[in-house]
Amino acid sequence: MMTNNKIEIDETYCKGCALCTIACPHGLIEMDVTLNSLGYIPAMITPANLAKCTACALCARTCPDTAITVFKSVSGSKTERS
Amino acid sequence: MTTQYKQVFGRPESLKDVATHFCPGCHHGTIHRLCAEAMDALDIQQRTIGVASVGCSVFLYGYFDIDVVEAPHGRAPAVATGVKRVRKDDVVFTYQGDGDLAAIGTAEIIHAANRGEAITVIFVNNTTYGMTGGQMAPTTLPQQRTSTSPTGRDVANDGYPIRMAELLAGLEGVAYSTRVAVDSPQHIIAAGKAIHHAFDCQVKSGGFSFVEVLSTCPTNWGMDALKANARVASEMIPYFPLGVFKDAACAEEGA
Amino acid sequence: MKRLFVKGNEAVAMGAIEAGCRYYFGYPITPQSDIPEYIAREIPKVGGVFIQAESEIASINMLLGASASGARAMTSSSSPGISLKQEGISYMSGSELPGLIVNICRSGPGLGGIDASQADYFQSVKGGGHGGYRIIVLAPDSVQEMYDLTMLAFDLSDRYRVPALLLADAVIGQVKEALVPHPYVAPADLPSKEWAVAGKQGRSDQRIVKSLYLGDGELEAHNWRLHAKYEELKKHEVRFEAYQTEDADFVVTAFGSAARIAKSAVMMAREAGLKVGLLRPVTLFPFPEQALSELADRGIPMLCVELNTGQMVDDVRLAVKCRVDVAFYGRAPGAGSLPTPEEIFKQIQKNMAAKL
Repeated sequence: MMTNNKIEIDETYCKGCALCTIACPHGLIEMDVTLNSLGYIPAMITPANLAKCTACALCARTCPDTAITVFKSVSGSKTERS
Repeated sequence: MTTQYKQVFGRPESLKDVATHFCPGCHHGTIHRLCAEAMDALDIQQRTIGVASVGCSVFLYGYFDIDVVEAPHGRAPAVATGVKRVRKDDVVFTYQGDGDLAAIGTAEIIHAANRGEAITVIFVNNTTYGMTGGQMAPTTLPQQRTSTSPTGRDVANDGYPIRMAELLAGLEGVAYSTRVAVDSPQHIIAAGKAIHHAFDCQVKSGGFSFVEVLSTCPTNWGMDALKANARVASEMIPYFPLGVFKDAACAEEGA
Repeated sequence: MKRLFVKGNEAVAMGAIEAGCRYYFGYPITPQSDIPEYIAREIPKVGGVFIQAESEIASINMLLGASASGARAMTSSSSPGISLKQEGISYMSGSELPGLIVNICRSGPGLGGIDASQADYFQSVKGGGHGGYRIIVLAPDSVQEMYDLTMLAFDLSDRYRVPALLLADAVIGQVKEALVPHPYVAPADLPSKEWAVAGKQGRSDQRIVKSLYLGDGELEAHNWRLHAKYEELKKHEVRFEAYQTEDADFVVTAFGSAARIAKSAVMMAREAGLKVGLLRPVTLFPFPEQALSELADRGIPMLCVELNTGQMVDDVRLAVKCRVDVAFYGRAPGAGSLPTPEEIFKQIQKNMAAKL
C-alpha cells in the first residue's frame, strides 16, 4: 500500500545509534553512508520506503535524541480530527 | 496537488529544542522525553520543579524547560523534600542514577519514601556509574565486568545488586513503585504510562511515586547501541523484573 | 518590657521564629536539642514545618531545597553533626543560597565530649567544607545575643546570599538568663528572592539553582564573584564589642563563652588598678581586623583566650602584623576544663608584668 505519510529525521540531532531501525515494524529505516555534522552516520529513509510508512511513530518514540518527527497525510480532508 | 500533513509525533514542549550530550543510544534521552511528555499531558510544566542529581543527568536544566535545583550526590530526595515543603502546590521530581540513589543516597531515598513525601522519583538503573567511567554500581549484575570489578562482580566480595523498586514498595509511605524498561517500542509506551501515572499520583493524591527505569550505558558497557539495547532484555530484566510493586493511594483515585 | 528567663538555645529558636523562619530541619544531638524541641512544639502554631531528618546530611540538604525555594529556613546541630553538614554548606555556598546553621559546639575531636568548646573556630571561619568559600559566622556571648544575632544572621544571609552560622557552645546554649524579646523588623532594603525556584509560572526564563560550572572560565569568574561578596562583608558587616579599650594598655581578645569569663577577669584587673580592656569579636567572619590593627597601632599587647589550644589567636596575630605581642591562653575542651576568671586574671598579670 502506498501512503503519503512523512517522517523527518533531523540529521543535526541524530547520533546514529540505529535504535529506530529495529523499532520500525516494517524495517523501513536504514543507516546513511555519509557522516553528519556531528560525525555520526545518521539514520535515513528512502523515498520508496517513505511511501510505505504508516506513521505509527514507533521509530520516533524509540529515538533517544528526539530526532524524528512524524506526520500523517490528511490530504483532502479539512475537518481532520485533532 | 499539495499533500496536507498533521504532525502526529514530535518534541514535547517541556523538552528544550537542543541536542543532548548523552552518548549514542543512551536511554537517558528517551527517559527525559517521557518525563517531558507527562508534564505536557498533565499540563504541569509551569509548576514543575526538577531536582537534578550528580552523574550524567546533572544537566537536567539544559534539557527540561522548567525550574531546577541541583542537589549534592545522593541528596536529591532531601533537597526535593525541602522544595516540596515550601512549594506545596508545585510538582517536584528528582531524576537520579543508580550510584546516586542506590549507593551514596540510600538513606535519603528510603526516608523520603518512608515519610511519604509528595514527590516523584525517576530512577535510572543502567548497572554502572556512567559519568565517572563505568565503575561497579550497587545495581551491577553478578559477574558483570566494570572498571572496578575487572573480573566480574563477585557477590561474595561485593554483595548483590539492589532491587530498589521492590525495596521501596515495602514502605508504608510509598504510593506507587514500579519498574519499567525502554528497550522496545512496547516497553517505551508502557514506561511513558508509568511515568505519567507517577506524576499524576503526586498531582492527584500527593503521594510518593517511584519509577525505576532500566537503561543502557553503551559506552561503559563496551557495546554498540543495538547490543546494549538487547542486553536489557537478555540480562537485566531477568534480574530486575518489570512490574508494578505497589500502587496504593493512586489506585483508589481510579487511575 | 517583658523579660523572660530562658535558655540560650530557646532564645535561638524564639528569635528564628520571630524572624519569619518557617522551616526547620534537624537531627538530635547534645547540647543543642532544646532548639529542635522548642521548634517542634512552637513552629506548627505559626504554620511552619519541622522535620526531624534521618541525618544531619539530609537536614542540611532539606535546608538547601527550602532555601532554593525562597523560604527562610534553618538547621541546628553540634560539632560532629556540623562536620556532616559541611558537604551541604559547600553546595549552598557554591549555589549562593542563604540559610541559618546553628552550631552549639561540643568538645572533640571525634566523639569527644559534650562540654563547652571553641574548637570549631577554624572549621567555621576558614570554610569547613571543600572548594574554598567563606560563610558569615556570628558568636553570641549571652542569651540576649542568641536571640538578636539569630535575627541578624537571617538578614545578613539573605542580603549577601551567603550561608550564616551561629557559633556558640553549651555555656551559652544551656545557660538560663534574662531575655527581652523584641519584635523582628525586616530591613526595608532586603533584596527580593527573584532567583528562587517557583515553577516557571509563565516566565520565559528558567530559574536554576546550581554550583556546577563547566564552561571555559565560568567557574573562575564565579569564584571571584563569591570572593567579591566576602570582601563586601569585610567592608560593611564587621561587628565587635570593645570593652574599656579606650584607655587600655593591655587588651584581652576572646569570643563567646570565653569572652564572658574574660570580661570578669578584665573587671578584676580594673579593680586592681590595671588598665585592661576586652575586644570581643561578634562576627568571626568577617573578622574585626581593623579594630585589632588600630589597637596594635597604639602598641597595645594582647592576650587571646579561647576554649581550645589556639585557633582565633592566629587571626589576631595576622591582624596585628607582628607589631605587638599576642599571648595565648587556652584550655583544651573537655570535662572540668572551663577556666575561671581568676585563672585568666593571673594570665593578664603575668603577661603585663613581662611587658614592664
